[in-house]
Amino acid sequence: MRGPGMSRMARFFRSPEAIAGALILAALALMALVAPLLFSSDPLAIAGPPLTPPFQDWALPLGTDRLGRDVLAELFHGARTSLVVGLAAAAASLAIGAVVGTLAGFAGGLTDEVLMRVTDAFQTVPGFLLALAFVSVVGPSLGVVVAAIALSAWTGPARVARAEVLSIRERDYVAGARVIGMHPLEIAFREVLPNALPPVLALSSVIVAAAILTEAALSFLGLGDPNRVTWGGMIAEGRAVLRSQPFLSIVPGVALVLTVLGIYLAGEGAVEGTAVRRGLS
Amino acid sequence: MTRALRLLRRRLIGSVFVLLIVVVGSFLLLEAAPGDAVDAYIVSTGGDAGLVESLRQHWGLDQSEPTRLANYLWALAHLDLGQSVAFSRPIRDLILERLPNTLLLMVSATALSFGLGSLLGIVAGARPGSARDRILSIGSLALYAVPGFWLGLVLSVVFAVQLRWLPIAGIESIASGKAGFARAADIASHLVLPVAALGFIYLALYLRMMRAGMAEVWRQDFVRALIARGIPRRRIVIRHVARNALLPLVTMLGLQSAQMLGGSVVIESVFSMPGLGRLAQEAVAARDTPLLLGIILVSAVLVVLVNLAVDIAYAFLDPRVGTSEART
Repeated sequence: MRGPGMSRMARFFRSPEAIAGALILAALALMALVAPLLFSSDPLAIAGPPLTPPFQDWALPLGTDRLGRDVLAELFHGARTSLVVGLAAAAASLAIGAVVGTLAGFAGGLTDEVLMRVTDAFQTVPGFLLALAFVSVVGPSLGVVVAAIALSAWTGPARVARAEVLSIRERDYVAGARVIGMHPLEIAFREVLPNALPPVLALSSVIVAAAILTEAALSFLGLGDPNRVTWGGMIAEGRAVLRSQPFLSIVPGVALVLTVLGIYLAGEGAVEGTAVRRGLS
Repeated sequence: MTRALRLLRRRLIGSVFVLLIVVVGSFLLLEAAPGDAVDAYIVSTGGDAGLVESLRQHWGLDQSEPTRLANYLWALAHLDLGQSVAFSRPIRDLILERLPNTLLLMVSATALSFGLGSLLGIVAGARPGSARDRILSIGSLALYAVPGFWLGLVLSVVFAVQLRWLPIAGIESIASGKAGFARAADIASHLVLPVAALGFIYLALYLRMMRAGMAEVWRQDFVRALIARGIPRRRIVIRHVARNALLPLVTMLGLQSAQMLGGSVVIESVFSMPGLGRLAQEAVAARDTPLLLGIILVSAVLVVLVNLAVDIAYAFLDPRVGTSEART
């Protein structure tokens, strides 16, 4: 039988799903990293005759789109955008959620009540609609898209963090910190928050995946950063010639599905690894 | 009965506060947009500075921000959402006109995802760890990774463009002269692809929740006791395990409603369905902030209502709910 000494990493790599997920993510990260090296020129520049079908010209393996842009170069650069937006938006929403949840759970009383009603309000407005409104008000750029997604995704982490803080704040070491005269805010953020993080971080794979899908949907509606290649934008671009060249919309969509699936699989592997450690499985 | 009513009253009071935060928050967010409704109007129609001044005065845009917020709230109390700039019509009429299509889409997609999802979840959860469970779990994960709008495009390429089985866009055939049953059938055929695109994604969610819930119930002692007593497995699965795992799915139904509304924005735009989501996109394209604000508010009210309905359903399904809150 497996002993308690078996590391989380080793347990992660015992599951074939987790390995598949890790491989997909590694390939994706590689794509994002080598994109500027392989295709040093601007991916939005014209590379050949428009609507070149795939597998015809070795210089343009996946052909070109309606404006004569290299589809393979766009695909690689799109991986960059998806990963950057996904990771940044997830990091931002986890950070906001952790801070709001800790404040609400630790302070209690009126602060808790107000913060939780605000959280309710954010959960009541459909997240995508909020992101749409935010981008249309501030104007589409990479940073704004990240902020818009974070704005609609921080509530889940906030609730989880609050629940965890509520169970931690009655522990002895917190009482000890109070006795030695630490400032409540210092206790909240230096003693309680770090211990409340594990269940919040367990949400990260789901949040990264949702952020990538939201970014794709925003770009599909024409609200992505216009100076960057996005997979959602590519799908929208291919829509104009959907009847004759469905390939142009299908390829970036497959890339999206594989990316998100890879994140889910790797995330499940990681959560299972920790669950086994805690004896839940 | 009184238990459900008490719960309802408590939730209603909370909801009013939440909606007030939504109104003020979205009002302030949309106020921050560069340019106002008059700018958007002038861009499309043209006009001199005098017209701009008089329009601002007419719409009350020359007043201070707090005054306008107060005016907006006062109008809201009379169920008046203001005037759309892009459509030159009252926003309430516009929204009421589009709302039924979105509701139809949402209700059908929810029925599809909840019904089929929980059914497949029972199949997977009947024997956790079996080959069937593994296939369904991986399959649902893959399905959950698919962007809804892209699934919609692929479905329309296959079923509307290649096979020509179903119409590609809209909610019904234009000027078909159909009425009664024929019209309903026409609308239903237009709904098949958008409902599939929206519903299949969330199907995976219910499947996974059902399966996870059942796996949890299987470990409990009373199930072991049932097996030991020699009760047929099929009966244990349906009457005991699945039934106990069903309640969290009802809660999910409420939580999911906001996401479904968000998802319908993109799906309606893929299938050119004249619904609330498509209206939101049109409002963004025309920089019609009052219309966008109205849509956000109506969506929030819709989500609140769905959650209230779910709470009441829950109180009837689970006799423990509400009893501990009797004193408040």
